Amino acid sequence: MARSESLLPVTSQHDPLSESSSNSIPETRRRKPTKVHLVVYSGFLLIALYITLIVTHTRPVSTKGANDEKTVASRARLAGVSEKSNEHIWKMSDDREGEAFAWNNTMLSWQRTAFHFQPEKNWMNDPDGPLFYKGWYHFFYQYNPNAAVWGDIVWGHAVSKDLIHWLHLPFAMVPDQWYDANGVWTGSATFLDDGSIVMLYTGSTDKFVQVQNLAYPEDPNDPLLLKWTKFSGNPVLEPPPGIGDKDFRDPTTAWKTSDGKWRITIGSKINRTGISLVYDTVDFKTYEKHDILLHQVPNTGMWECVDFYPVSKTKHHGLDTSVNGPDVRHIVKASMDDTRIDHYAIGTYYDSNGTWVPDNPSIDVGISTGLRYDYGKFYASKTFYDQHKGRRILWGWIGESDSEAADVQKGWSSLQAIPRTVVLDTKTKKNLIQWPVKEIESLRLRSKKFHKKIGPGTVVPVDVGPADQIDIEAEFKLKNEDLEVIFGDDSVEDDKDFSCETSGGATLRGALGPFGFSVLADQSLSEQTLVYFYVTKGKDSKLKTFFCTDTSKSTMANDVVKPVYGSFVPVLKGEKLTMRILVDHSIVEGFGQGGRTCITSRVYPTKAIYGATKLFLFNNATDATVTASFKVWQMNSAFIHPFSAVDDLVVPSST
Amino acid sequence: MKMVVVMMIMMVMAMVSEASMIEQTCKETPDFNLCVSLLDSDPRGSSADTSGLALILVDKIKGLATKTLKEINTLYKKRPELKQALDECSRRYNTILKADVPEAIEAISKGVPKFGEDGVIDAGVEAAVCEGDFKGKSPLTSLTKSMQKVSNVARAIVRMLL
Repeated sequence: MARSESLLPVTSQHDPLSESSSNSIPETRRRKPTKVHLVVYSGFLLIALYITLIVTHTRPVSTKGANDEKTVASRARLAGVSEKSNEHIWKMSDDREGEAFAWNNTMLSWQRTAFHFQPEKNWMNDPDGPLFYKGWYHFFYQYNPNAAVWGDIVWGHAVSKDLIHWLHLPFAMVPDQWYDANGVWTGSATFLDDGSIVMLYTGSTDKFVQVQNLAYPEDPNDPLLLKWTKFSGNPVLEPPPGIGDKDFRDPTTAWKTSDGKWRITIGSKINRTGISLVYDTVDFKTYEKHDILLHQVPNTGMWECVDFYPVSKTKHHGLDTSVNGPDVRHIVKASMDDTRIDHYAIGTYYDSNGTWVPDNPSIDVGISTGLRYDYGKFYASKTFYDQHKGRRILWGWIGESDSEAADVQKGWSSLQAIPRTVVLDTKTKKNLIQWPVKEIESLRLRSKKFHKKIGPGTVVPVDVGPADQIDIEAEFKLKNEDLEVIFGDDSVEDDKDFSCETSGGATLRGALGPFGFSVLADQSLSEQTLVYFYVTKGKDSKLKTFFCTDTSKSTMANDVVKPVYGSFVPVLKGEKLTMRILVDHSIVEGFGQGGRTCITSRVYPTKAIYGATKLFLFNNATDATVTASFKVWQMNSAFIHPFSAVDDLVVPSST
Repeated sequence: MKMVVVMMIMMVMAMVSEASMIEQTCKETPDFNLCVSLLDSDPRGSSADTSGLALILVDKIKGLATKTLKEINTLYKKRPELKQALDECSRRYNTILKADVPEAIEAISKGVPKFGEDGVIDAGVEAAVCEGDFKGKSPLTSLTKSMQKVSNVARAIVRMLL
């Protein structure tokens, strides 16, 4: 390190120059300045070394980025509400530390669902290329044939006549080319003008580059679309300059532009800005890249599974992806890699330059306070236009919230949500409305109707027999007198900052909430999942309603994530509070106010299983009496199974 | 004299800029010292990018899981009364080795880091659950605590890839 030898000559060389009066100094005095310089130099060197050591080996002050745990601010008006970290960060429950727990096969096998799409075993993730063709709905999905965790991805395939009764088919595509050797990843289908299908999908190449590839049915006369041909000229798109090799995936369904070309968009990122690239094509083989992006939002990170589609401003049916016009708004949706949340925004599409502008930039795509399809566990979602029934249908991947050891032990991981219709909320005009497809009602068996009035702080059992495969539709009314009292009472504070996620769950009691259902509960309520409304007195004496799901006490297991989910739900004047809940073993899908706010949760009870699963109605408000009118149906299984010759006996009607 | 000062500054700057990729990365994790020692001890560390550093840590998780499984095996004979908890730990640590590690390696290499994050987070979860099963009398505490610490560091680095 020390280079004193090289410095001394320099020093001595400088002497004559820096000391202008040195010329006449005798030799003895010349030696002295050199010694002084040596001492001074050594001093500086020591100081420099010391500084360097401190600078490079100082423990960092901040530990940001590692732990997103949010501590819950306790707003309890009732003693005993525990502070719990609430996000999707696993934390060993304090009261469970030291309690040995092991999953047994009885508990695990109960978790498989009766009527949600899932393969027979192993891992599934993103929905791919959903479409309707020659009488069958087709569903493709990311699948690992070898394990119950992500990896070795192929395209699984299934068909159904009604989006509910699915029949498993052989894999549609596997990684057998250099351009998808490391994964046949997510993609979308487009119908051409002649009714034929093209599929664009992301391949991870043999060098780990993300590229877009074209595929199409090998035999268009096969209604089951069993075999797929990959275009010999693949890949059709590679990451463009300025875009990372691993930031280029999930091409959308194409839409027609006004000059008759096809247009697609693909999500990516530039530094921390999430973006959506635009390409035009006439043949899906060669593309022109736009210089301008469809849209971008800073600080949102990588945009995965971008979706782009029109919705009608006035009508309740779906629109083909190419529809445009004055009656139409356009939705841009993206899956945020950073937060695992699907966000969407409503805006205006400009076909002339392929750009889109949100109605409300403060809740733009990816902004944390922006709109989500679902406030629970719901990701990588994708819509398609169902030309058979004129609907836009939404698929969403529902991952597990348990440990991978449990997934490995039970041999599977992940579900799909029940397909939902998607329309613009023509009343609020500011959000979408989703609802499970009507075909699910074909699974409804016997039902029971109830009308119950429950006072503050009560829980009542609801006797429906088995309670782990049920469909609940409910309406709630608060007594007018209670509302008047609460508004008149100045000592009842405004709930300025309520949010489901930071409330700590349904144990937080307010004047007007929470009230709702306790599902997947055992008789003693030691395990329960609460789906509820929480009505607050907002400013200007306006009521503000929230729809939440509290899974914090859903299980005694200590290796499961148990968040409280939820959001504000718009309730318009004159509307009653309504909720629908689909309970199907380890999944609960809740729909508030007709699907204005939706929450999907994964739940893993250890006791509230099989015959021990119960249903309760509860009202944990302090002041309000609630009247609940509701109907509960037992739900049949969808008997999802591998396709066999027997399933094809009825010739499908052609479309 | 000026030359001396200039050379001094240059030397200091040279030394400071050698605060390497490893050190810069480790500063953003919850355990700087552990992070540096794990990465410095690996020959690939000095030339790795963030993905590469993440993969080194996944390798450390793999090594630690293998070591812990060996210890679990010796404990079956030494402490037969702990069989039930050891069985559960064996299951948990086999998950780390056979599910979490391969998933993380594939995901990080292929540029879908969120699945890598799942894998490394789960390694910490499995270790904690195994530890908890001994109801406070664990013979594996130092190994399970190490796994949780390494998992936390790995997770912070994988997050940088998102």
